[in-house]
Amino acid sequence: MEINVIIGPVIALAALGIAFGVGLAIASAKLKVSRDPRLEEIIELLPGVNCGACGYSGCEAMAAALVKGEVDPSSCALIAPDAAKRAAEIAGTGLGQKTKKAAVVLCRAEGVADNFDYFGIGDCAAAALSQGGPTACRYACIGLGTCASVCPFDAITMGDDGLPKVDIDKCVACGKCVAACPRGIIILAPTNRYIHVLCSSRDKGALVRKLCKAGCIACKLCEKACKFDAIKVEDNIAKIDYEKCTLCGACVEACPRGIIRDIREEETRPTAAAAAAAEQVNSKE
Amino acid sequence: MNLSAYLAIIFGSIFVNNFVLARFLGLCPFVGVSKKTDEAVGMGMAVIFVMTLASAATWCIYHFVLLPGEQTGQNILSFVIGNRVSLVPILKNVSYILVIATLVQLVEIAMRKMSPGLYRALGIYLPLITTNCAVMGVALLNTTDAPRHFNFLEATVQGFSAGIGFLLAMLLMSAIRERLALSEVPESLRGLPVAFICAAMMALSFLGFAGILGTG
Repeated sequence: MEINVIIGPVIALAALGIAFGVGLAIASAKLKVSRDPRLEEIIELLPGVNCGACGYSGCEAMAAALVKGEVDPSSCALIAPDAAKRAAEIAGTGLGQKTKKAAVVLCRAEGVADNFDYFGIGDCAAAALSQGGPTACRYACIGLGTCASVCPFDAITMGDDGLPKVDIDKCVACGKCVAACPRGIIILAPTNRYIHVLCSSRDKGALVRKLCKAGCIACKLCEKACKFDAIKVEDNIAKIDYEKCTLCGACVEACPRGIIRDIREEETRPTAAAAAAAEQVNSKE
Repeated sequence: MNLSAYLAIIFGSIFVNNFVLARFLGLCPFVGVSKKTDEAVGMGMAVIFVMTLASAATWCIYHFVLLPGEQTGQNILSFVIGNRVSLVPILKNVSYILVIATLVQLVEIAMRKMSPGLYRALGIYLPLITTNCAVMGVALLNTTDAPRHFNFLEATVQGFSAGIGFLLAMLLMSAIRERLALSEVPESLRGLPVAFICAAMMALSFLGFAGILGTG
């Protein structure tokens, strides 16, 4: 009797366990999802940080697209050159041409007054929601550093002037800061196009003049100066077409507000690559 | 069965006996996965899914395997051994673990094949829930026979609404914690301590529901 109290449940449980085990084994054999063996290899080669800069939801999704031949490895901002070559071999796609992009903050907010002192949550999105934001200019950088805090690569730091500084070497153009900025003043631009209009204000010229020393007043002098039809004033703001821009610098000289600038000459830390390129340009002259 | 009994079960397990805030079950995912709202929702959905299925499956095991012959001693096993062995007290917990674990595995395999979208949304949470005490808790509570024996539909409804209650607690907690992450908390309370304090206050406020359905 006593021994049966042990044996009985053991038998019952063993029977249940065996039944379930066999059931699971059959199920896993019947419902097997076959995976492309190349997929695993390519996942190994991709950086695995799931930054999303390629436009897919993560490295695994990108690898799946690679295997299908929808993209080539150059879409990945972080992949090392030899890993890209291997991935292209495995997937049978071309290597692709890669234009490195980086984030650019289109605002220099010089002398922008505050409408009020903001003491709320230390986050630009929250600040932008209270009374339209503390800055007098509706398009100005709020300077609480939300872009810096969302950057997974530590490429953005907040400078002493309260504006974000982008380290071009670290930036992989994943676009997290672009999405996070409530003012929408961060764009992704090719790093070999270093002349930018450093203002995002769509206010009328007279108002901009009152609010900020470094605001675009839409005077269209840059548009006239450009020989390549690459700069256009729309919605009270000058915009550069980076495909057409030849970096001639005519607009930089023409701008009466001094806001069309070569960002390599900004007080941001000049990167090694940019400094070398600048030297080359100088020596040619 | 009248509708009000089901309504009492639903209201009871969402608010009055909320699994997290009143019964203190499933606290591990409640604290662990409540930092972001979308993760909390994913986890909550997975818990609803598993709780509903587990309630149905364990009720079947209880009602058709463990319970028959419990009173007379003539259960399934006694035919094999020939002696009286009471299955319910010995096998209830351990067989439920087996059933729930198998079920979650099976669902994971099937989901991967049949609905990759759902698998991507819930897949990472499913293995976490396999041994979750809230799931085990709802299975055991469904089959205590106190105050009365639940039928299949009642057990399943209780499982589903317990999951809804879990999702509710997760959602509230994640909203609070997302807000907390941006606010200035004294250094010694930063992170988990302040989350525990918030959870305690939430539990206190849920105490306000106590007694609405009587002591049952």
